[in-house]
Amino acid sequence: MTHFAELLLNGISMGSVYALIALGFVIIFKASEVVNFAHASLLLVGGFLIAELHDDIGFWPAVLAGAAGAALTAAFVEFAIIRRSRAHHSVLAIVTIGIDIILATELTRRIGTQVMAMGDPWGDSVVHLGPVSIAETRIVALIVAACLIGTFLLAFKYTGWGVAMRAAAEDHETAALMGVRLSRVSLSAWAVAGALAAVAALFLAVFPTPGLDRTTGLIALKAFPAAILGGLDSTTGALVGGLVIGVTEALMSGYQGEMAFLGRGIGDVAPFLVMIIVLLIRPAGLFGTRELTRV
Amino acid sequence: MSDTRAPRLLRLALWAATAFAAVLIPFYLDAFWLMAGLFAMSAAVGAIGLNLVTGATGQLSMGHAFFLAVGAYTYVYLSSESSGHLSGLGLPTGVAAIGAIIAAGLAGGLFSPISARLKGAYLGIATFALIFLGQHVMHNAEPITGGYNGRAVPPLNLFGFSFSDTPELVVLGIPFGALERLWYLAVILLVLAAWFAKGVLTGRPGLAMNTIRDHETAAGVMGVPVARYRAGVFVLSSMYAGLAGVMLALVFQRTVPDYFGIILALDYLAMIVIGGLGSVGGAVLGAALVTLLPQILTRYSDSLPLVAQPGTGGGGFSPAEAARILYGSVVVAVVLFLPAGLLGLAQRVRQRLSGSLPHPSTPTRSAP
Repeated sequence: MTHFAELLLNGISMGSVYALIALGFVIIFKASEVVNFAHASLLLVGGFLIAELHDDIGFWPAVLAGAAGAALTAAFVEFAIIRRSRAHHSVLAIVTIGIDIILATELTRRIGTQVMAMGDPWGDSVVHLGPVSIAETRIVALIVAACLIGTFLLAFKYTGWGVAMRAAAEDHETAALMGVRLSRVSLSAWAVAGALAAVAALFLAVFPTPGLDRTTGLIALKAFPAAILGGLDSTTGALVGGLVIGVTEALMSGYQGEMAFLGRGIGDVAPFLVMIIVLLIRPAGLFGTRELTRV
Repeated sequence: MSDTRAPRLLRLALWAATAFAAVLIPFYLDAFWLMAGLFAMSAAVGAIGLNLVTGATGQLSMGHAFFLAVGAYTYVYLSSESSGHLSGLGLPTGVAAIGAIIAAGLAGGLFSPISARLKGAYLGIATFALIFLGQHVMHNAEPITGGYNGRAVPPLNLFGFSFSDTPELVVLGIPFGALERLWYLAVILLVLAAWFAKGVLTGRPGLAMNTIRDHETAAGVMGVPVARYRAGVFVLSSMYAGLAGVMLALVFQRTVPDYFGIILALDYLAMIVIGGLGSVGGAVLGAALVTLLPQILTRYSDSLPLVAQPGTGGGGFSPAEAARILYGSVVVAVVLFLPAGLLGLAQRVRQRLSGSLPHPSTPTRSAP
């Protein structure tokens, strides 16, 4: 039972980190109707900046710099490429794949074979809650992710920026006619998504993970199924999807011994398996808007 | 009248020259370039398949590498004899190759509940999942796939003619090894694959596919069974991938799981975007560019600035990295400035040169 509770807590914590990534993915989709396949690379940009800078300017400034750097990169992609193109949305998704190829190649070249420490103050300390013990970093991840997501949802609901974003997502043309500047909405959505991804990168690379290496981007890819199984155009879906993926992964990895017939490393593919099962039953994800056309 | 005949003659001459070159190349080029050419031709077959589903029907598939793997591994499993902990069926290699294509088609068919109903990003990420599931199976189903180290590929043997280095064969003073023999097979397979895809694209199915891409509801109104078409095209594209997988396995002579990863899947998407979405020629052109670029950069790395020689470390880009950054940028540039790909650019240049501007009603580039 303790084992189960530990796994569950770890899963929820990882799930909240996946939710951060998936949320960024979803806001980009809502604001500019582009599926951003370069999201994992944006995350790697943020993580790389944190790992590179924390020695010189201290940990907290480095986190800010990483978030700012990822936000700027994302904003630049939107400003320089996505906005200029008149191509169809599905073709724009392939453009983001091109961007991903460039960013990922350059970053993995810079990271090379090293495992970069993030310089975080939590180290490898473990918190004991009764019989359950969990890494301190996981608790911090859960709290930080909850705060960020809460702030974002409040802003989304109550600020002018949030109203503009929701209006743009609802109906592009009407929003533009009402004076919403679509270009700004889209730019800010990309920037926010980049910053969220950078924070997620930090928590993907701290204890118990040894550090940031070239495969961190691959771990981030698990947030794609999170966004899809929740429904691409639903913020609630991103949160639920993130948690589902995190918990499934933790439990499948934890009980790997009991499920040996599924093979080694089943925890890593579990998110994708869950997504396919959900898509078989609900093709638009759990909370996605169903597009219905009857002919 | 003469100005319509001249391009046709030119075209005929161009085809004749290409055919001539395809026949002569094994007599003049060394193994390095033969190998590169074989990769390019195998990739071209796969890219044609992907272009049918993603370019012509507008269904984003990021899982093409998975179906390549199905083809390659099925061929190995069917054709190898059981030995040690590895099992195999020991079928004749020709039968195994056809079985591999069918198996890839079946895999695509099994995926049809998803490929028929989903589109856009949903399908993209669902097919992306196939790559991860495939990697998992390849690493774990050791008796069939050989696990991490992969398996040796038995050489193809058709009607007593072996596509391997033995028995020795000398044609006009040139020793014909596995590469030279496979070259002609690959040329024939590529021509057949391109011809068939061209038939699909220019006939009624092609029209239906393009209508589904451009306007799904309109396609349904006009009586196109959208879901059935989506599933069918996906199966066809998987079979192309299966054939490409068999060809790659024969050239590599070994199948390893790591090759069939995300990078390969993204490479195929890059190929069709660079060459031109929705056309056979575009897929072939893109496949040639994306597969040959790293090879060319490797070969001439010492005379290029910024590109370091492989293995020297240093600050420069390795040829593979330089190639990836280069064609990543080309993908972005092509979508921004040449929506019809390099093939579309070539067509525009040709029209400009011959002075015949297209009639306004002929679509020369995809609608914005």
